[in-house]
Amino acid sequence: MQMSFREFVTAVHGMGFGAFFLLTFSGTLFELRRLCGSGGAPALGGGARRILHVYLIALCVLGWCAVFSGAYLVYPWYRAHPPAGTTDLGEFAQRKLMSSPATAGWHNLGMEWKEHVAWFAPIAITMVAFVMISYGNDLSRHRQVRKAVFGFAAAAFFAAGIAGFFGAMINKSAPVQGGAPIVIPGGASE
Amino acid sequence: MKNPAAETEGAPEAQIPNGGAAAAILSAGVGCFSIGICAWLGDAYAPLARFFDFYNPTGPLSGVTTSAILIWLVLWIILSKAWSRKSLPMGMINLSAFLLLGLGMLLVFPPFGDFLQGK
Repeated sequence: MQMSFREFVTAVHGMGFGAFFLLTFSGTLFELRRLCGSGGAPALGGGARRILHVYLIALCVLGWCAVFSGAYLVYPWYRAHPPAGTTDLGEFAQRKLMSSPATAGWHNLGMEWKEHVAWFAPIAITMVAFVMISYGNDLSRHRQVRKAVFGFAAAAFFAAGIAGFFGAMINKSAPVQGGAPIVIPGGASE
Repeated sequence: MKNPAAETEGAPEAQIPNGGAAAAILSAGVGCFSIGICAWLGDAYAPLARFFDFYNPTGPLSGVTTSAILIWLVLWIILSKAWSRKSLPMGMINLSAFLLLGLGMLLVFPPFGDFLQGK
């Protein structure tokens, strides 16, 4: 098995940072739901609180890594302009998508939306993590603050979901390719 | 003006004032709106697209997001310093933050942005 360096970085961006960011959401929403539940939430002990803090910080780090790796590593390869006379657009994903009316929408709607809406997720989730860590168990006494935190967490999930969906579909139609090959041992057929 | 304490009705008195959370929530709303408005302006006006081209391989996206992050963080610091020891009416702050978030979401949705530009 082998994959190119650009495919590897794209996989780290999407399936590493992006997918783990979306997966980690479930725990955050569960904790928020616990805090927002009627009757007040039982206070977390020191150990559980520390784990929650690490979890929330990891969520923020994943979110920021996803958008920065996307914008500054993968996106420049995606939007690269081919030299004049290039006929093989395999390494120029945006141009490849736009070369056919059947796939142009993946750029005109998908990438144009994804490249901006994705940034809502780390901004919103940083606020969510800050408030949850700063207020801790006291959050159960701030109903309006909980509402805002829950709303922004949902918006972050929505934004990350859009980015993830279009990222996967765009990469399916026109994968970012090129760079040195990376050989993955153990994949050779017998 | 609504009594800020009303939000904690039925619950034991909050120990931490809500000002710090209010600053974080409102600045997050402004940050999201900033991405929307900067992206839309960069798309609508070529000179602004060139201005936002902070890092050429990434193009205007680099300036749009860097500007929005700076606006978000600077506002967050300013509001935190001003509000962290206060209890504020959260209803109005939430409404403003969600309006800004919603507007930002709309502005980055390409069909809506194109509609505003008359495309």
